[in-house]
Amino acid sequence: MECQECQQRPATFHFTQVINGDKKEVHVCEECAMEKGYMTSPEEGYSLHNLLAGLFNFDSAIMESKQSNAYKQENELKCSHCEMTLSQFKQLGKFGCAACYDTFSGRLDPIFRRVHSGNTQHYGKIPKRQGGNLHTKKQLESYRTELQKLIGEENFEEAAKVRDQIRALEQENGNTEAGDNS
Amino acid sequence: MTLKRFMNEAISPWMREEGPDSDIVLSSRIRLARNFSSVSYPIFADRVKLTEIRDFFKEEYEHRSFQDYEDFAFISIQDLSDVEKRVLVEKHLISPHLSKNEGAAATIISKNEQVSIMINEEDHIRLQLYFPGFQLSKALEKAFQLDDWLEEKVNYAFDETRGYLTSCPTNVGTGMRASVMMHLPALAMTKQINRMIPAINQLGLVVRGIYGEGSEAQGNIFQISNQITLGKSEEDIIGDLQSVVNQLIEHERNARSHIMKQSSTKLEDRIYRSYGVLDYSRVIGSNEAAICLSNVRLGIDLGLIKNVSRNILNELMILTQPGFLQQYAKATLSADERDKLRATLIRERLQLENR
Ligand SMILES: [Zn+2]
Ligand SMILES: [Zn+2]
Repeated sequence: MECQECQQRPATFHFTQVINGDKKEVHVCEECAMEKGYMTSPEEGYSLHNLLAGLFNFDSAIMESKQSNAYKQENELKCSHCEMTLSQFKQLGKFGCAACYDTFSGRLDPIFRRVHSGNTQHYGKIPKRQGGNLHTKKQLESYRTELQKLIGEENFEEAAKVRDQIRALEQENGNTEAGDNS
Repeated sequence: MTLKRFMNEAISPWMREEGPDSDIVLSSRIRLARNFSSVSYPIFADRVKLTEIRDFFKEEYEHRSFQDYEDFAFISIQDLSDVEKRVLVEKHLISPHLSKNEGAAATIISKNEQVSIMINEEDHIRLQLYFPGFQLSKALEKAFQLDDWLEEKVNYAFDETRGYLTSCPTNVGTGMRASVMMHLPALAMTKQINRMIPAINQLGLVVRGIYGEGSEAQGNIFQISNQITLGKSEEDIIGDLQSVVNQLIEHERNARSHIMKQSSTKLEDRIYRSYGVLDYSRVIGSNEAAICLSNVRLGIDLGLIKNVSRNILNELMILTQPGFLQQYAKATLSADERDKLRATLIRERLQLENR
């Protein structure tokens, strides 16, 4: 097969592109694939996204085949901020805005589980300014785990230190909360 | 001399420093995806809102707020020519996705080209940092600093349970993609890499050839990155990545010395032939150039080829991409013309170094 872009070299790259829901077969040589941006830089993981969209499409294909009213109604779930519908989300495999996470929240866990090896909850960084209380909460959590561990190891000297840290943090946090309430 | 000056532009200044394990690890990268909390994501937002975001960054830049942090340049994508866009993509400073965005897309790039902030890519903000060699922790530390500094100015889309909310479900949580670019010629030669990839995948990490998932590794350059962004802390993700990269480094070194012991003449022949091809050919395609460059780089690492710097692979792989070739020629080139210019540039470059 000949490359559809340059019509010179043989087409060595074959894939399906989905643009706005339209499927298009693409057959190009390597040079053209790079040049026309069919192949993305390594960080993009293009085919991962395609795969993901495929995954959603598969779901909606099942749903369409069922065509029950319940499914249809669910498809009309719509984000009040960006107006993305559930079926649009499934087709694109992308959210329209941050509020979509709330809008579609009931449907997200299975998707996240599939994409993130069973995980549905964030355990990473918390923004400093916005995170405020959450930081203290997480800090306390980790202190308490440490305390349990130290007690288990009968390392009471270190455990006492950690216990004091917990108390200090609780007091500090309690004070700010009281301040907020007044 | 013009060629030399152009070379200086082709290779990012940070690449000239040698990082840890740089015989095998070319670079380490951290990318963080962030969004404004109250604006729809770029694929769904109206142009006016996205322009506001771009102008916010432009203003920050103009008020020297970025310069205080590091020396940055603000570039609006719409102001670039097609070739200029392509060159930025080939240097991995912006993504192909950003280069195709019309209108409100922009980037802020540090003078040493180590840091770039993409604005209105798939997410509103994508911070990206590169370090030479194997330096993931350092890269993460710097990325967090930049993120903290930005977070003072921007209300991020963040949720207690889901973490950083991104446009694509594959980035939610940490929003972090950490990756390491590795040159693994011996593992590729002995086909060991194919056996290792499935095991690496099981750890939630992905191995890709340099031009994306599933594509052949051009010039034996492989990118290892995290797939999972939810349910693990950034430090843990990087820890997993580091242990895999360390193992790959060890296996690659073992494979190299094994080949040197078992069939040194064959290996030497292969390396010197490649050197000969690069030094003498008049027409060369990008694939052949990549293979030869990989062999020459291996020759440098093994001490067989002297007077040529290790950066040659990094540098010429970028320099001989279509965008760079056309910028150099200041003209649109056909594929045949590019193959010719590619050969000329490589030849000149090798001869420059030999002197
Ligand atoms: Zn072609
Ligand atoms: Zn929405």
